[in-house]
Amino acid sequence: MDLSLLPDGGMRWLDASGPKSTIVLSTRIRLARNVRGIPFSQRAKDADRTAVLERVSDAAASSDHLGSAVAFHLDQMERPERQVLHERHLVSKELAGLERESRPRPGAALLVQDQVGVMVNEEDHLRLHGMWSGFDLEDAYAEVETVDAELGRLVPFAFHPEFGYLTSCPTNAGTGLRASVLIHLPGLVLTKEINKVLQGLSQVGLTFRGLYGEGSEVVGNFFQLSNQTTLGKTEDELIDHLGKIVRQVVEYEEQARDVLLRTAPEEVEDKTWRAYGLLKHARRLSFEETMNLLSGVRLGVGLKLLPGPGVYTLNKLLIYTQPAHLAAMDGRSTGDRELPTVRAAFVRRLLEAESS
Amino acid sequence: MLCDNCKERDAIINLTQVEHDSKVTLHLCEQCAQQKGVETGGAILKSPLGNFLGAVVKGGGGGTAGALVSASGDGLRCPACGSTLRDFRDSGRLGCDQCYVSFDTHLRDLLRRLHGSSQHVGERYDLPGKGGDGGAGDDPDQRSRLLELKAQLRRAVEGENFELAAELRDRIRVLE
Repeated sequence: MDLSLLPDGGMRWLDASGPKSTIVLSTRIRLARNVRGIPFSQRAKDADRTAVLERVSDAAASSDHLGSAVAFHLDQMERPERQVLHERHLVSKELAGLERESRPRPGAALLVQDQVGVMVNEEDHLRLHGMWSGFDLEDAYAEVETVDAELGRLVPFAFHPEFGYLTSCPTNAGTGLRASVLIHLPGLVLTKEINKVLQGLSQVGLTFRGLYGEGSEVVGNFFQLSNQTTLGKTEDELIDHLGKIVRQVVEYEEQARDVLLRTAPEEVEDKTWRAYGLLKHARRLSFEETMNLLSGVRLGVGLKLLPGPGVYTLNKLLIYTQPAHLAAMDGRSTGDRELPTVRAAFVRRLLEAESS
Repeated sequence: MLCDNCKERDAIINLTQVEHDSKVTLHLCEQCAQQKGVETGGAILKSPLGNFLGAVVKGGGGGTAGALVSASGDGLRCPACGSTLRDFRDSGRLGCDQCYVSFDTHLRDLLRRLHGSSQHVGERYDLPGKGGDGGAGDDPDQRSRLLELKAQLRRAVEGENFELAAELRDRIRVLE
């Protein structure tokens, strides 16, 4: 499977062109849909799964928005390739089958065109998703919704007049919509205000996760904020509400950064330069350390304490320093004990090439 | 400042809620805050991250939605896919779209607890070939309904639900 078939590697959002992109890395929209009359993944036999994939592929082929989609059949891909797709946020860990030894079951697939992807035979038959640069809920939703409407005219979705779109887990029923933003909050963490903000989120019906969504840990002060409920509100209400709260969190983060600059300017400057120095010169870097150093540099760039590198470079480093990406570039296995050395060399190379 | 609720203990938590676009702030003591379902004592983040950029936090969640359903209806079985309410309680996943009909009272209650409502108010969806409410006799629509009924019939027979199977057979005859 050739990943270079994907323009921008399926990650146009990395380019940092969107609003507020120093603080908000990306905006993601996900819609959960199921094909009417076919058992959900929990009970689906291989034949059901293949039938779902056939129907979705046929519909995609005759649609405007997925007519030239690149298809990845995960059951036919080797583990490192599947992991690369996961590291790019294009497929979930579950769909990529990274939690067990055996290959994914037949029918597990990903279709991608431009910035919209469809995971097939995940927890739900279809998981449509789109990732946009910066804080851009409206554009991301509009595009994913267009693809959803088109597919829904070609494939009969499971829908109930009272419960809305029917999903394998009732936590997603109704709109099937999960809107999330990946946000960088070092100011709130350093000023120890983050607890209050996170607790406040649950009071207003939102939730937070780590870099890779459900069940993932927070590293490098990157938090994914998203709506918790999906039923009883319209799509626009859910998105407006998330937007309002995220705008507030961005404001709090900006205030926290001001406080840092006022109360401890030398310390902050020193720490961001140290983070930059380590990234530029270290000979071995673990993934977690890299994330934390990138967080420090990103803060320094946001506060204009560092002259470079650009946010695009920092975004690329977030993705390309992950194990499967490094392994693919260097022809190694992801468990290789040389990986930290390979990572440090890659970081040095990219920073040198792209620093102004 | 005294707690707005009990007016006895000192308020240590400011709870701001947004209702109908207006902001209400309550000053609560720890006990009253807990009664209102506010997590206190740093239950979300254990330590406030003294060292630079070292945040490691577990995401929210935990437990499956199925565990919230009472065991009273455990024996209920969905005639379309054969899964029971017990299966759902164990796995948190439903077997098929018909489960929402088969277990509807239990699910309605669960959906209200999860989302605060069981009534979808978002985008409406019309099946392919259906323009609004008409669409009767529309060929592609009828074909897909027929296929679906046949699949349901197969599963009803597999699940030895002969009453439903007979009903489905009649409906298929009408369409054919």
